[in-house]
Amino acid sequence: MTEQALVDFRANFAKALNDKQLRRNLTKAMDSLRLKRKAVFADKEALERLRSVGNAIRRRSLSKLPELLEKLEKKCTENGIQVHWAETKAEANQVFLDIIRRHQASRVIKGKSMVSEETHLNHFLEEQGVEVLETDLGEYIIQLDHETPSHIIVPAIHKNRDQIAHLFHEKIPDTPYTEVIEELNAIARKTLRQKFFAGEIGVSGVNFAVAETGTLCLVENEGNGRMCTTVPPVHIAIMGLEKVVEKLEDVPPLLRLLTGSATGQMITTYFNMITSPRKPGEKDGPREVHLVILDNGRSNILADPELRQTLQCIRCGACLNHCPVYTRLGGHAYGYVYPGPIGSILTPQLEGLQNAGTMAFASTLCGACAEVCPVKIPLTDILRLLRNKSYDTQDSPTAVEGHGYKKNVSEDLAWKGWTAMNTHPAFNTLSTRMLGLIGVHLPRVGPLKGWTSVRTAPKFAKKSLHQLAKERGLSDE
Amino acid sequence: MSSARERVFANLHAAMQRGGFKVPETGTPLPLTLSRQERIDRLKTLMENMHTEVYVVKADDWLNVLKELLRQRSLNGLVYGPGTPLAAALEPSWENDLPPLIPYNEEIEQFKDRLFAIDAGITTTRGGIAETGALILWPDAREPRLLSLVPAVHIALLQADTIYNTFAEAMNSERWQEGMPTNALLISGPSKTADIELVLTFGVHGPKELIVLIVD
Amino acid sequence: MPDRPDKAYFFGTCLIDLCYPQAGLAGIELLQREGINVIFPQGQSCCGQPAFNSGFPAEARAVARQQLKCFSKDYPIVVPSGSCAGMLKHHYPELFVGEPEAEEARRFADRVYELTEFLVKVLDIHLEDRGKPIKVTWHSSCHALREMGVVEHSKALVRQLRNVELIELQKEHECCGFGGTFAIKLPEISAAMVGDKVADVRQTGAELLLAGDCGCLLNISGAMEYQNIPIPAKHIAEFILERVND
Ligand code: SF4
Repeated sequence: MTEQALVDFRANFAKALNDKQLRRNLTKAMDSLRLKRKAVFADKEALERLRSVGNAIRRRSLSKLPELLEKLEKKCTENGIQVHWAETKAEANQVFLDIIRRHQASRVIKGKSMVSEETHLNHFLEEQGVEVLETDLGEYIIQLDHETPSHIIVPAIHKNRDQIAHLFHEKIPDTPYTEVIEELNAIARKTLRQKFFAGEIGVSGVNFAVAETGTLCLVENEGNGRMCTTVPPVHIAIMGLEKVVEKLEDVPPLLRLLTGSATGQMITTYFNMITSPRKPGEKDGPREVHLVILDNGRSNILADPELRQTLQCIRCGACLNHCPVYTRLGGHAYGYVYPGPIGSILTPQLEGLQNAGTMAFASTLCGACAEVCPVKIPLTDILRLLRNKSYDTQDSPTAVEGHGYKKNVSEDLAWKGWTAMNTHPAFNTLSTRMLGLIGVHLPRVGPLKGWTSVRTAPKFAKKSLHQLAKERGLSDE
Repeated sequence: MSSARERVFANLHAAMQRGGFKVPETGTPLPLTLSRQERIDRLKTLMENMHTEVYVVKADDWLNVLKELLRQRSLNGLVYGPGTPLAAALEPSWENDLPPLIPYNEEIEQFKDRLFAIDAGITTTRGGIAETGALILWPDAREPRLLSLVPAVHIALLQADTIYNTFAEAMNSERWQEGMPTNALLISGPSKTADIELVLTFGVHGPKELIVLIVD
Repeated sequence: MPDRPDKAYFFGTCLIDLCYPQAGLAGIELLQREGINVIFPQGQSCCGQPAFNSGFPAEARAVARQQLKCFSKDYPIVVPSGSCAGMLKHHYPELFVGEPEAEEARRFADRVYELTEFLVKVLDIHLEDRGKPIKVTWHSSCHALREMGVVEHSKALVRQLRNVELIELQKEHECCGFGGTFAIKLPEISAAMVGDKVADVRQTGAELLLAGDCGCLLNISGAMEYQNIPIPAKHIAEFILERVND
């Protein structure tokens, strides 16, 4: 690797691949998620129609993004939701801190939000002396173990019940050891109930924000999201600016696609649509609702007609579940917040190719991700585009940060040679003949070493098909 | 220094200048048109699959069924929202051998201690969705949001006539876009999680049991 | 291509040229047996996919241009690889957007068929099995499956063979980990993937592995050989030809 990356991808990959327990946990879980999705979308025709609808909705939203965001802001404000803008992660975190300070609060309860992972909100707030508690069971588990999510939908999927049993026993006071999943859930329920009761600030993500009505939509199964957005006196929601949709009627198809693709559910237990803080006369719900809208590089992604499709994503995680690379590595090996195929197209654009470009190469381009993506993002095409940009030193208004980072003489030369060989028939004949003569005696070093560590070396035929075709007298044109 | 808002919008507008937005016609999902009975059946089946207890009851009988269900369980109380037609039906006919009826009649700040200690809550619903099996709730001043969340048992009354084919049909025919409430909800079962080894278990943070009485 | 053509081009692919010429020949013979006059342009080389997938589109385009030149007549182009066929059919048009050859590339793409697709869809071939009973399994290449959508044709051909029992893999739709330069750039991940694929092949109990793509064959059979697993692997064209000739 020529790049000076912050994350040592190769070392991470090797470590993950050697973790037998991780491989077992992941294989089992991913197999099951794939089957569930397949079952809920049994009708292929209906699914394809739904995917086209989802794709069109998301494209339409992006095509009017500034307009819709203004509308969302206006509607939310009219409804009493306070809107805050953040260009950077730091700005977003500061908005949280200011609100928390204003309320002199110190106990934050949180529903699952990947954007808050992106801004490293927990870490930031904890450094400021604020207690932040993740309440989604999976998030709670990994928070106890000081880990980050390994999957965007099922964050603790890399752990099995034994590992969680040990964790609970060690980290939650007065907790007897149990491997019974129902009992583990009950422990979490009991512990977190207290926290819901006492939480001062509730934090959530947003699955869709509806510009037409100023409504924030949240998808969840556990009820912790509803707790966080209903019990504490203040609710702060955070979303990436691409999450806006134009109309309320855009929501039902996206909801079907999201829950079906993510976990094979027709619908989640709760679909929570929040349009205002507590109104006079109402007896519960937060008195203040804040919406933090984060850019963090998304507006740049919008500039490129191909790359902008990345922003269509509804974060269902289906591309992770179907990715042969993700299902063997898990999320942590990628070293960034968003793993798997979506992470591999999004992260290099957010963090720069020089830092995360390797992710775009960690794919066989098998196309399993694009095949299942509910909003039809051409993930493989975008991966390929990012690879091109990794070698492309030319500046352009839509250039990705760190473009050209991989450019190097030896690879350039190799591909020049390859091109010459494949554009000059005489050259081609000569080189294939030579390989035929060398046969199996290729040196097991250099690029071939990786190949031969688990496979026998390719055997070159004595005569090429070109020669054989000629011998058979096949016509040339 | 310009505000974050100005910088974000400046960036967005610059990006829009690049053009090349292709927006296909939105189209519609495959339609679903079921008869009234099919809608009831489908909602019932799907919600039962999600561990909901569903009873289809006659209009003059639902109160008896409810009382019977409550008698079978040992519950320390049933919290409800006063001032609704449901409340008007419950209040006069309550009997001593039933869990006491507790009105949610204070703001949460005062009521929190009690609410978190009550076993069951009862609510009306605005409608149902046959396609995916779900209840529609629009909590309001009379029926607060936490009634359907905090108590371990949630009982919901659903009028069979308000079961729509799809979510889209419900919102379009009721013109939701003209005015959304503080909080609108879809509920498809008791709270659940599969975060440990994808093993589905019910009753994590929200209700452990959901009981639906479909009034036919 | 509604009518049965007299002539067809054969695009041998670079891997077949180098490592599996017998598979290429078998493909040619299957076409000839059906009365097709097979044209093999000697100037052909590689479809350009290695460069196309590695971040070198200009180099891929240069090589693609060479193929456009060699296959210029209006004959169908038959390719014994779903992956290379996918490149020619789906990526050439996009590779030449804004180039003088844009229209030519689109017309070229329209003429491309994967071999088994051509045998089934265009030639409506009927196979008479003369071989002994055998259990085989089938590996789908990702591009045959997803870009070309021809896997059902390949399996339909195998099922036409009376004495051949096809036992499907548990994860037929999962990539074997080849991915061209991926196998060399990220060998550890590739190794994990091919390891699982080999295990899947073994659990079928098949005596032979079939595939329609030589990249996958090279990868999976190389791994099986390395592990001393005595399950041979073959390109489907070679297998079919043996069965009908025996
Ligand atoms: S890219 Fe597509 S499949 Fe992947 S998370 Fe986003 S919406 Fe889901």
